[in-house]
Amino acid sequence: MELKGNVPQGQLKEKWIEYRSKMNLVAPNNKRNIEIIVVGTGLAGASAASTLAELGYQVKAFTYHDSPRRAHSIAAQGGINAAKNYANDGDSIWRLFYDTIKGGDYRSREANVYRLAEVSNNIIDQATAQGVPFARDYGGLLDNRSFGGVQVSRTFYARGQTGQQLLLGAYSSLSRQVAKGQVQMFTRQEMLDLVLIDGKARGIITRDLLTGELKRHAAHAVVLATGGYGNTYFLSTNAMFSNATAAWRAAKRGAFFANPCFVQIHPTCIPQSGDYQSKLTLMSESLRNDGRVWVPRHKEDAQAIREGRKTPQDIAEADRYYYLEERYPAFGNLVPRDVASRAAKVACDQGLGVNQTGKAVYLDFESAIYRYGKSKAHVEGYENPDKATIIKFGEEVIAEKYGNLFEMYEKITGDDPYKTPMKIYPAVHYTMGGLWVDYNLQSNIPGLFVAGEANFSDHGANRLGASALMQGLADGYFVLPYTIGTFLADEIRTPKFDVSLPEFARAERETKERIEKLMNIGGNQTVDSFHKRLGKVMWEYVGVARNAENLKKAIEEIKEIRKDFYEDLYIPGSADGINPELEKATKVADFLELGELMAYDALNRNESCGGHFREEYQTEEGEALRDDKNFAYVAAWEWEDNGNHVMHKEPLKFEFVELKTRSYK
Amino acid sequence: MKLKLKIWRQKSKTSKGKFEIYHVDANEHMSFLEMLDVLNEQLVAEKKEPVAFEHDCREGICGTCGMVINGRPHGLLQGTTTCQLHMRFFKDGDTIVIEPYKAKAFPVIKDLVVDRSPLDKIIQAGGFISINTGQAQDANNTPIEKDISSKAFDAAACIGCGACVAACPNGAAMLFTSAKISHLGLLPQGSVETDRRVMRMVVQMDKEGFGSCSNIGACEVECPKEIKLTNIARMNRYYYKSAFASDN
Repeated sequence: MELKGNVPQGQLKEKWIEYRSKMNLVAPNNKRNIEIIVVGTGLAGASAASTLAELGYQVKAFTYHDSPRRAHSIAAQGGINAAKNYANDGDSIWRLFYDTIKGGDYRSREANVYRLAEVSNNIIDQATAQGVPFARDYGGLLDNRSFGGVQVSRTFYARGQTGQQLLLGAYSSLSRQVAKGQVQMFTRQEMLDLVLIDGKARGIITRDLLTGELKRHAAHAVVLATGGYGNTYFLSTNAMFSNATAAWRAAKRGAFFANPCFVQIHPTCIPQSGDYQSKLTLMSESLRNDGRVWVPRHKEDAQAIREGRKTPQDIAEADRYYYLEERYPAFGNLVPRDVASRAAKVACDQGLGVNQTGKAVYLDFESAIYRYGKSKAHVEGYENPDKATIIKFGEEVIAEKYGNLFEMYEKITGDDPYKTPMKIYPAVHYTMGGLWVDYNLQSNIPGLFVAGEANFSDHGANRLGASALMQGLADGYFVLPYTIGTFLADEIRTPKFDVSLPEFARAERETKERIEKLMNIGGNQTVDSFHKRLGKVMWEYVGVARNAENLKKAIEEIKEIRKDFYEDLYIPGSADGINPELEKATKVADFLELGELMAYDALNRNESCGGHFREEYQTEEGEALRDDKNFAYVAAWEWEDNGNHVMHKEPLKFEFVELKTRSYK
Repeated sequence: MKLKLKIWRQKSKTSKGKFEIYHVDANEHMSFLEMLDVLNEQLVAEKKEPVAFEHDCREGICGTCGMVINGRPHGLLQGTTTCQLHMRFFKDGDTIVIEPYKAKAFPVIKDLVVDRSPLDKIIQAGGFISINTGQAQDANNTPIEKDISSKAFDAAACIGCGACVAACPNGAAMLFTSAKISHLGLLPQGSVETDRRVMRMVVQMDKEGFGSCSNIGACEVECPKEIKLTNIARMNRYYYKSAFASDN
């Protein structure tokens, strides 16, 4: 079946404006009688829930956290993009659109991305009005910095805590609507199933994480804003509980899962230190504004460092290989994430890695400290400052820019990054794939809308830095509240749904059976042991670089792990109450299926694009070789338990940009 | 390193809890929560119930984790959440006492998990700027002095972990509440509502069963984000101004 994106006709620049002006509306008196479920209270969920409530809908918002302020959007450090052109450096909506389409390696929908760029400016205005304390210069106006894959400064930031401040802004709007009674807030409730009535999404089944009770919730429409599936890899920069269950349960009820193999591996994370490690920590991409990435040029030096015989300071300038600056002079250390991650892997595969495991490269601030120090010394009136003075001033400037990141790095590693370069390595960070949605952010199940990282729509095969916050908030504040009306306008005569309907009973029963099945396995192995096994397969075979042989191996091994999981899992305690092991088990059960689909999709996509790098498809210089003739489409999968997953294609038509080989050289 | 852990175990809100002793092998690179993960894996392997504790981002920003370690919320390290505390600050042979937050307004739910929802109620009472989506003007229309913005940020850095409440002998939420009131009150776009905000949030704070401030300052010492006591002073100023304003 060929999928239709429902992109409106017309010129790119007019599509959204025209469409918005002519779409069907729901009158205020009818909005009052319409209920909407929003699952997830991160940036996309909180902004959608509060905006829908402001419009007059009755909203039910759900989170598995104890409070809607905890979602992992909060951990985003670096910033949020917008096409304000406050920096007067030639930015525009078109340029933001173009950078994002190109950054995504031409695997996203033109019209969606253009709309994203269009509303980006409103987000900055909205957040500022909510009290988000973005960085300012001495004139009191907003400051910007640069992120990877672009040549302008369009990233707004709030120290290294941009995600936190934006989420707290959305949370405050949400709290205001909770106080008004427009949003009913459900905390510590995890969505375990989607309920369909006559083919439309009309409710969810949740498990109360305190009592274990299964509960039914009905509404006219369901919005999933439940984040990505990076934790399929066990180790990622996602929060411990970030998971795919809500999205995957929707997929099991017939929603298509699009481009699952498009996973972003972030180049600057703190390397793994041991097997006990529970998660990986990101060091913001903003650090690449000033940090220089390098490894020793000679294997012998790298080995000496690994064995503790040499320190990075012992390596002479000429013997340092600044591989990004050398390979990609136009963008240098600010190449996009996929390119930087691959380059790090290549360097380490060549034996140039710099920690004990051989899987780390340096991110060095020495020259930035020197450069800033000299400038500040000058401002402070020093004519011929000595080295110590320059370094003192330089460290002050760096502390102002990245202080909290440097502190975090030191807390975790025990090394002082002002004195010695950071060690970093790529780690799974974000998933561009997700539930398939059309231009309205509606999935193939009518009434099921998907926002933020949970959908697939805007980032193609690779997301640019500072664009996740932008997309989450664009969807929640400025897109979905309009587009959901296209569905609800036809539902004004639909009365509220009763949760005693047989569809709810059935979904609840099936959920209960799934939980009982897991509880009753009675084996000997912990959930984490299976999750770690899955993660290892995913990282080795469906990670930075993939090939057909390994992907086939991955599919077989994942099936094997899944079999073992259902034979030998052990969950202590009971299902009637707080049971963290059971919570993990329901998530891992879903990762064990989604992981297979990711490998399946990666095997199908016989090209390299963005974060999906197939070793068979590369240029002589080791760059990605895209195949627009055969793969300029969205692969939207329908899961089949028998392993014969069905693909639905949505061809990607590029009417306004020319497909080019992505080059950052 | 070999550690002896004395951990508070409590089955439910209503049941009586007690300390249990556990032994765990850790290494200095682990975070405190990874050390607890190791303990829990061990317990599950022995078919015993793992220790319930809350956590999520493990990057010190979501505010989900929080427990009292050797008598101090989030442990001994200044400006650090439990998840960012690493085992290199402990020694081989140490005994570590781990308890849930103790405060009247935060009942224990299980083991180290407490109910912090009263903090959300305080925010719902007025911890926002009343603006709907779409009503904003251009962000640069109102310049804000860098120092003011920076001060507002210092207060906005609160992660809502509740350590300030746990640290306070009175179980007060003054630091938490004043941080939000300061953040919004310092900014021109938020100052419009200060009077109403401060009255409503303070009333809600009392209603939720939080205690009063007696200027002890433990909250500031234990705050993982180093939110300053001066915020409480600012909140009090706003409060008196609002309470004694002639047209009230």
